[in-house]
Amino acid sequence: MLASSQIRTWQSGELMRVLVIEDDRETAQFLRKALKESGHAADIAEDGETGLSLAQEGNYDVLIVDRMLPRLDGLSAIKELRAKDMRTPVLILSALGDVDDRVKGLRAGGDDYLTKPYAYSELLARVEALARRSVPAEQETRYIVGGLVLDRLSHRVTRDGEPIQLQPREYRLLEYLMKHAGQVVTRTMLLEHVWDYHFDPQTNVIDVHVSRLRGKIDKNFDKPLLHTVRGAGYTIRDGPG
Amino acid sequence: MAQANLLSRAVSTTAFRLAAVTVAAYLICAGFIVGLLFWQTNRIFSNQVLTTLRSEAKLLKADAQTGGLPALTRAVEARSQPDGLGLYYLAGPSGVKLAGNLSRVPPEIAESNSGGVFRYAKGANDGENAHLGVAIPVELKGRAHLIVGRDIEEQRRFADEMGRVFLIGFGLLSLAGLSGGFVISRIVLKRIETINVASRSIMHGDLSRRIALSGSGDELDDLAENLNAMLDRIEALMNGLREVSDNIAHDLKTPLSRLRNAAEAALRDPTREGACRKGLEHTIEEADELIKTFNGLLLIARLEAGALEDNAERFDLGRVVCDVAELYEPVAEERQLELEIDAGDGPVITANRQLVGQAVANLIDNAIKYSARATKTHTTDAEITVSLAMREEGIEIGVGDRGPGIAVADRERVLRRFVRLEKSRTEPGTGLGLSLVQAVARLHGGSVRLEDNEPGLRVVLTLPRRLAE
Repeated sequence: MLASSQIRTWQSGELMRVLVIEDDRETAQFLRKALKESGHAADIAEDGETGLSLAQEGNYDVLIVDRMLPRLDGLSAIKELRAKDMRTPVLILSALGDVDDRVKGLRAGGDDYLTKPYAYSELLARVEALARRSVPAEQETRYIVGGLVLDRLSHRVTRDGEPIQLQPREYRLLEYLMKHAGQVVTRTMLLEHVWDYHFDPQTNVIDVHVSRLRGKIDKNFDKPLLHTVRGAGYTIRDGPG
Repeated sequence: MAQANLLSRAVSTTAFRLAAVTVAAYLICAGFIVGLLFWQTNRIFSNQVLTTLRSEAKLLKADAQTGGLPALTRAVEARSQPDGLGLYYLAGPSGVKLAGNLSRVPPEIAESNSGGVFRYAKGANDGENAHLGVAIPVELKGRAHLIVGRDIEEQRRFADEMGRVFLIGFGLLSLAGLSGGFVISRIVLKRIETINVASRSIMHGDLSRRIALSGSGDELDDLAENLNAMLDRIEALMNGLREVSDNIAHDLKTPLSRLRNAAEAALRDPTREGACRKGLEHTIEEADELIKTFNGLLLIARLEAGALEDNAERFDLGRVVCDVAELYEPVAEERQLELEIDAGDGPVITANRQLVGQAVANLIDNAIKYSARATKTHTTDAEITVSLAMREEGIEIGVGDRGPGIAVADRERVLRRFVRLEKSRTEPGTGLGLSLVQAVARLHGGSVRLEDNEPGLRVVLTLPRRLAE
């Protein structure tokens, strides 16, 4: 059972099993419905203990855990899960959004942290990015999308064999996008992973960086690879936008 | 009624009670000392009298031995003066009085063998117990009775007089002490009352009122001064709060009503589904802006409360400044602004990296925002300078622009929450950017200052040098 979840490679359109541990019924139902519409299956646990036992029994790709839960709080549940060597990726949902709350959440064993209120597109992008993690993308030496090749050893980028010159930051931006090829990556995810900042930049800084990158990898080619997903973020994929 | 009330309050004050306790303690001490003195004096005097009486008895006894009862009678008669101080009574074996100036054996002496104090009538006009005497019986052979005594009325009067003087003295002392205490407590009470009156009127909403000082610079003035300083602080906070709520009314209500309008407009147009969708998208955008504002407010509030302090890490400040500047560089370029970075690696400091990064981001964001406006009107070289320098006062991160700048009078004000100068209200933003920078600076023990960039504005975030240690 566990092995199958580890082998599973999540790709756009493939079913993902999510366990939502959330005591607010309305939020939980909203998430279940929205995830279903996005093509995923979601179960709901309304308290920490139920959530913990479901997480241990069921074969889930991602857990969405609220921090404040009756009977067993979210962080304790995650700690217990990790103590039992369960490595299912966890996205923590919380109304507490300060830097140290975030650090506490990640220290407890969470993989990502999202502050309420959030946009569903942000949550979906993060959950999909987490599910993908069970595949060791980090170990791949080359990311390939269409004719675009990013060599992680030589730090070289080519498209259709032609070398593309990138600034270090542009390289890291592209690397993150290609690591999550086919998935939607939000602006805050980019800021967090490429720049390592968790705040909300007031202007559209990320958009400008992405459009610069796009100018380098897509401009002189017929088929665009880097797409803007309205209201959500960006995705890099070989196929129709 | 009011007088009685004031009196009972004066009596119940600490000052009065202290005065009363002190007076009582002094009285007890003085009473003890006077009593001891009196007792001692009395003892010495009594011994003296007794010694005199005994030697006199000895002499008379010698007379009796040599000359028998008749000689004794003569001797006693010779000594007995009607107004003298010596008192005698001699009776024969039959009990008949033979000589002496005492009319009878005082009953106090008759009952005792060792003598003692007694009262007797001296002259014909005196009462039965007018005079005080002391006497001892003298043992004689042949069953004759002799009593030798001495009038101590004068001493008694003296003692009485002394007692009266002391009593009056004590009375005066207690009266003076208590009334002194009363007066002092009334003075204190009166000044406390003025503080109370002022406090009450402040409690009723007159926040601008202050407690009057007596000008003596004493403890009560100190207290009043401290209370006044406290009131100043409270008033400033209240005004700040009022300003914030006024601004909240504007900055939160405006997007809220826009949000409502968008939703309403979408509902009004049921024929076109696109309008409905657009309205909803618009609604979400507005909601996101509101959330941003709330998050900003919450963060500033938590920073001002001093939270997050334990989240410090060691990082290269120069790197962070360069990183953030680089993050904004394409945005600046897009607006045809030159972004000049004067920072390299170092110093390595211990601070909250996320917050410092955000503060620097806010500064650059502002610089870009206001420079962009300037380029529309001015043709001066529109450049933004980001610098990092170690100075005597601390580690300075400076961000300068060539925008319109901020008048000296407004510089203090723009650091406050939600304060956006009228000119900039139309620009996007929450009005919290600089407040957050200030809160981050304060959290790390630093400060923010605004200077003239000639032309433009330069904001300097100073962090204490100890962070680099």
